[in-house]
Amino acid sequence: MISLAGRDILHSWSRFVLTGVGLGLLIGVTLTMAGVYRGMVDDARALLNNSGADIWVVQQDTQGPYAESSSIHDDVYRTLRALPGVSRAASVTYLTMQVRRGDTDVRAMVVGFEPGQPGEPGYLVAGRQITRSHYEAVADVKTGFRLGDTLRIRRHDYRVVGLTRRMVSSGGDPMVFIPLKDAQEAQFLKDNDAILGERARTAANPALNRPGVPGLLEALQASQTANRSVNAVLVQVAPGGEPERVAREIRRWKHLQAYTRPQMEEILVSKLIATSARQIGMFLVILAIVSAAIVAFIIYTMTLGKIREIAVLKLIGTRNRTIAGMILQQALGLGLIGFMVGKTAATVWAPFFPKYVLLEPGDAARGLLVVMVICALASTLAIRVALRVDPATAMGA
Amino acid sequence: MEGFGIHIEGLRKRYGEGSAAVDALKDVNMTVAPGEVVGLIGPSGSGKSTLLKCLGAVIEPTAGRMTLGDELIFDDGWKIPDLRAVRRDRIGFIFQAPYLIPFLDVIDNVALLPMLAGQPNDVARRRARDLLEVLDVGHRAGARPSQLSGGEQQRVAIARALANQPPVILADEPTAPLDSERALGVVRILNEMAGQFRTAIIVVTHDEKIIPTFKRIYHIRDGQTFEEKGLGAG
Ligand SMILES: Nc1ncnc2c1ncn2[C@@H]1O[C@H](COP(=O)(O)OP(=O)(O)O)[C@@H](O)[C@H]1O
Ligand SMILES: [Mg+2]
Repeated sequence: MISLAGRDILHSWSRFVLTGVGLGLLIGVTLTMAGVYRGMVDDARALLNNSGADIWVVQQDTQGPYAESSSIHDDVYRTLRALPGVSRAASVTYLTMQVRRGDTDVRAMVVGFEPGQPGEPGYLVAGRQITRSHYEAVADVKTGFRLGDTLRIRRHDYRVVGLTRRMVSSGGDPMVFIPLKDAQEAQFLKDNDAILGERARTAANPALNRPGVPGLLEALQASQTANRSVNAVLVQVAPGGEPERVAREIRRWKHLQAYTRPQMEEILVSKLIATSARQIGMFLVILAIVSAAIVAFIIYTMTLGKIREIAVLKLIGTRNRTIAGMILQQALGLGLIGFMVGKTAATVWAPFFPKYVLLEPGDAARGLLVVMVICALASTLAIRVALRVDPATAMGA
Repeated sequence: MEGFGIHIEGLRKRYGEGSAAVDALKDVNMTVAPGEVVGLIGPSGSGKSTLLKCLGAVIEPTAGRMTLGDELIFDDGWKIPDLRAVRRDRIGFIFQAPYLIPFLDVIDNVALLPMLAGQPNDVARRRARDLLEVLDVGHRAGARPSQLSGGEQQRVAIARALANQPPVILADEPTAPLDSERALGVVRILNEMAGQFRTAIIVVTHDEKIIPTFKRIYHIRDGQTFEEKGLGAG
């Protein structure tokens, strides 16, 4: 027996391929959507991995430092280092801001860290780590900076000495790493007018500006301008140590919030990304419905265009099963063409997306399965029509 | 009378029930011997289509007996279980238009029937090629139906009707769209095929051009058949 479906596809291949390409682009969008979600999750994991931390210590009652803002005193790390089970602890700051590159602004997450401590970028694709304590920077390649470039953050220029890859915030902004002191200044620095205004107010306050106490005003003013805050302390647990136990100690004694790696992942993936995931899920559902409608419509019209042939086939003794199989195979063939086009399209256009798109083979396999099921379901309408065709109609009743 | 061919006795068909019932066939009797071509003519509404559908095993008569070849198909309300297999193995269909399957090439349009009957592809195609040669369209075996002339398509349709070597061929207005010369050509082919393959052929027609060619004609009027000697008997 020959494949009736295959012959029909070959006969009207242009219509088939055009429909397949249309469907394929839709499937490509679907796969890309899934890839965008996977990319967000993967970016979040990379962010956690690259920080090199076992525990994130942040301001009490916050879900910082990535999901909420958090501010803690910058000497906290010293007391944490003294805790049993802690091997290293270091302050970090995170601030998403515009970084000046030549005449344009790049949106980036500026990370302040202490060289050699947790928070330092792990793997560099070019250049070196920061060695001077001021005005050097390591930038992610996605910022567009190259080695030796100058970038401007607030009032200061930094020289790019190293480059990272896939270091992005949970929002997908590329990172720029600078020394902690510089970052604190950039984050909490007040502009000159504000400083002058505050000094004037302090000087005008008789309670603070006491003629009988020399040096008091100056000390106060210095403490007001100095910046003593960071966003989080990253803690590494000693080998064999139990992060959850250490985190519990920190929470109990230090009036701080401490998150372990799984808790942090929970915050990032389930809370921060959850809305996007629902958004994407909604898209996937709509795309699935639209694809099903397209396949159903096309297969249905193609079947209606073959009613005469189907009646003849039935009259000359073709089984219903064979005719249903023909239509089902055509729907599956359409799905297969669509899937191949979609997979190719997604692979081709994924790198051009501004955010990371992670196309997982598992998602592709699930996608293929879903496409096939949708096509099979979509063909039932046409099959129902074909099975109802009366062979007598071929005899020109 | 030799062999089996077609044999119909007291065939009746009633559509609907009660006061809405229509007796489309009241008393149809008919015998066609293998190798014989007979005409079936009748005015509109006389029951031709209904009779053809009973003969084609797509509807069941209400009563009466029908035998195709050596097999009893209907017998007073009883029917053979698999009418689809009867259509596939015992009946060749020829229509007013060729009704070829457009997405199959010519040879597979013919080979499809033996394939449906379970023949291996190469056996089915060999048989199809032989038939196409007999009908003078062997050289178009690889073409699509749409690439053939109307006359060539009709000959392919005849080859298809013969493909499973059925004892019976039903031809429904096979010459309606053809000019006189072509119409007579088709009748000549049908006569040759009937002789060569020992097939019993019924041609339903209004076509004045070909009516004189039949040796025997069945008239149907108001659901009843009357036999008549045709001009073709000479
Ligand atoms: N499916 C049907 N239901 C009810 N009556 C029918 C049906 N088919 C045909 N008839 C009636 O049966 C009679 C014979 O019809 P038909 O066999 O089509 O005759 P013909 O083909 O000679 O014109 C007509 O009166 C017609 O109205
Ligand atoms: Mg009729």
